[in-house]
Amino acid sequence: MPIPDSLERPPLLEARGLAFSRNDEPIFGPVDFALHEGEVVLVEGDNGAGKTTLLRILSGLLAPTEGEIRLRGAPLTLRDLSPQVSLLSHQAGLKLDLTPIENLRFAAGLHGARAGMSPTTALAGVNLSGYADEPVRHLSAGQRKRVALARVLMAPVALWLLDEPYANLDRDGIELVNRLLENHANRGGAALITSHGAYAYTSGTPRRIRLHARSGEPA
Amino acid sequence: MSSTLSACGAVLRRDLTLVWRRRGDAANPLLFALMVVALFPFALGPESAQLQRIAPGVVFVAVLLAGLLALDTLFRGDYEDGSLEQLVLSPHPLPLLLACKIAVHWLTTALPLILISPLLGEMLHITPEARWLLPLGLLLATPLLSLIGAVCVALTVGMHRAGMLLALLVLPLYVPALIFGAGACMAAQAGLPYLAPLLWLSAALVLALVLAPLACAAALRISLA
Amino acid sequence: MNTLALWFHRIGSPPTAYRLAGRITPWMYGIGAVLGAVALYGGLVLAPPDYQQGDAYRIIFIHVPSAWMSLFAYLFMAANAFVALVWRIKLSEILAMASAPIGAAFTLVTLVTGALWGKPMWGTWWTWDARLTSELVLLFLYLGVIGLYHAIDDRRQAARAAGFLALIGIVNLPIVHFSVNWWNTLHQGSTVRLLGPSKIDAAMAWPLLLMALATHLWFFGSVLARTRNGLLELDAGKEWVRSIALQGESAGGSA
Repeated sequence: MPIPDSLERPPLLEARGLAFSRNDEPIFGPVDFALHEGEVVLVEGDNGAGKTTLLRILSGLLAPTEGEIRLRGAPLTLRDLSPQVSLLSHQAGLKLDLTPIENLRFAAGLHGARAGMSPTTALAGVNLSGYADEPVRHLSAGQRKRVALARVLMAPVALWLLDEPYANLDRDGIELVNRLLENHANRGGAALITSHGAYAYTSGTPRRIRLHARSGEPA
Repeated sequence: MSSTLSACGAVLRRDLTLVWRRRGDAANPLLFALMVVALFPFALGPESAQLQRIAPGVVFVAVLLAGLLALDTLFRGDYEDGSLEQLVLSPHPLPLLLACKIAVHWLTTALPLILISPLLGEMLHITPEARWLLPLGLLLATPLLSLIGAVCVALTVGMHRAGMLLALLVLPLYVPALIFGAGACMAAQAGLPYLAPLLWLSAALVLALVLAPLACAAALRISLA
Repeated sequence: MNTLALWFHRIGSPPTAYRLAGRITPWMYGIGAVLGAVALYGGLVLAPPDYQQGDAYRIIFIHVPSAWMSLFAYLFMAANAFVALVWRIKLSEILAMASAPIGAAFTLVTLVTGALWGKPMWGTWWTWDARLTSELVLLFLYLGVIGLYHAIDDRRQAARAAGFLALIGIVNLPIVHFSVNWWNTLHQGSTVRLLGPSKIDAAMAWPLLLMALATHLWFFGSVLARTRNGLLELDAGKEWVRSIALQGESAGGSA
């Protein structure tokens, strides 16, 4: 049951006792944390600590070995989680033979688009309008990352799960990610991002969660 | 949120566009089937009567094998660039989206084979009665093979060199479709009634149309976990 | 009802299952071996020769129970796979995967004894008779399950995927059998029908049924023995496995 607090709404995302093991090898957990609207939380951990796995669990792709996840106070099954989040994985999730606009149109058809946003405006939002009709195959890694970010930007969801959003980006790109995150937070959305720590979210001091193989404690 | 219909439309449009962008590849299953059929006269001798007796069966096997080779492309591209995950994360029913993918795959790999099947039959001196039945039998059998194959591909998605394993998984399940499809054509060639096996094939196809996308979605979720 | 559920839950726990299986297995093997020996004596020595096939028919005392077991093992595997997929019970996963190789072995025995029977009967090692052909397809289904299980690294995911394949196979099994039967009748002219004793003599019946019972017991003994290994493998890091390994070492030999 959500911790009753008459002043605040239940947190957007809440994880209780979340743990995951593969082949009986513990990957991470048990870990508890809550994500409120307007928050950006950084998940830290060494390589192999399970950051990517945590995001995949929170997106509904993977079932945790233990624990439960709640969205706005209500416990959810994995299937119900997926429509509420937008996941940015290591792989961009783009077809190389299609142009950015075609890729975004597909994403809009599949997940829907945020009110007032279209593939064109999303692409403009990541400063890539000039490359709208260039096959993704011809774009650099950083540009592909931006197209993927445009997909996340366009998704009509409150919760963003970004795995290594700063990877492959130059300084402008990093600025862009921070700006997108800030706007998203100001709109009432929330984001959980993983990073190796070199280029971290710089707006204010983000809350950090550290994942260990045995247990993670929210800072 | 988009409607399910528009989501299916998006999948169909995307997959068709992708095939069109690489339309050269579409010829590969055709060439393979042609070569397999051509091997038989080389192996058995050019004697017309002998080839005629085995013609329907050989064409069926050639199309089946060509389809098997093409099966790997169903999910591999999407798996490797991460779009498969996005498909699974979609709020719309995964079985429906997968059914659309399988449909495009069948359209672009099996349909051309069906269209050249009379030619393949001619290479083996197939009788006129069986020659027109061949496309019909394949029209009923190949979607069945695509649907069953899709479930098995979903189980092996992401494995390196899954080719041999995939064949092992899929071939026992292909046996009924092959028996009824080729059997109908062989029966027609022998002047025997051929309606019953075609009806059985149709029944199996209807069953697979409903069940296979569901099984494929379940298998995919197991594989991606 | 509560006590039953509790009992199931306790049995499902790996250490308990391990111990229980360890106690049952020797009895299964033992009784199975004894009954099997009696059945073989009854079939090979006591039963009269068949009026058509002479003594060559006697192989049915191995062939037929093996065929029955090959099907039973598949059903057992599929049932456990279903439980494992729906309720995610670890023990069911292991039981399902343990029965696959045993079922495959029985299928192979069926095929080989079928071939051995075929030689004196029809002068050919292999015949595309409906039942033998169905057995062959069954063997491929087994090999597919085993192959898939060993191709995936994560043991539990492997068991789930292979179990799923087994369930697909079970849906297809009657379809395959039906289609092979049809196919056999279509090409009736070229194949020889498998002759079986149409009215089986009582003296032939009891060894057959006894052998069937013996193979069932042997199957369970084998499955439980494999399951014990599977449990050890899956829980390798846990306390209870460690203590067993240490006990084995201190006892100065393998457990």
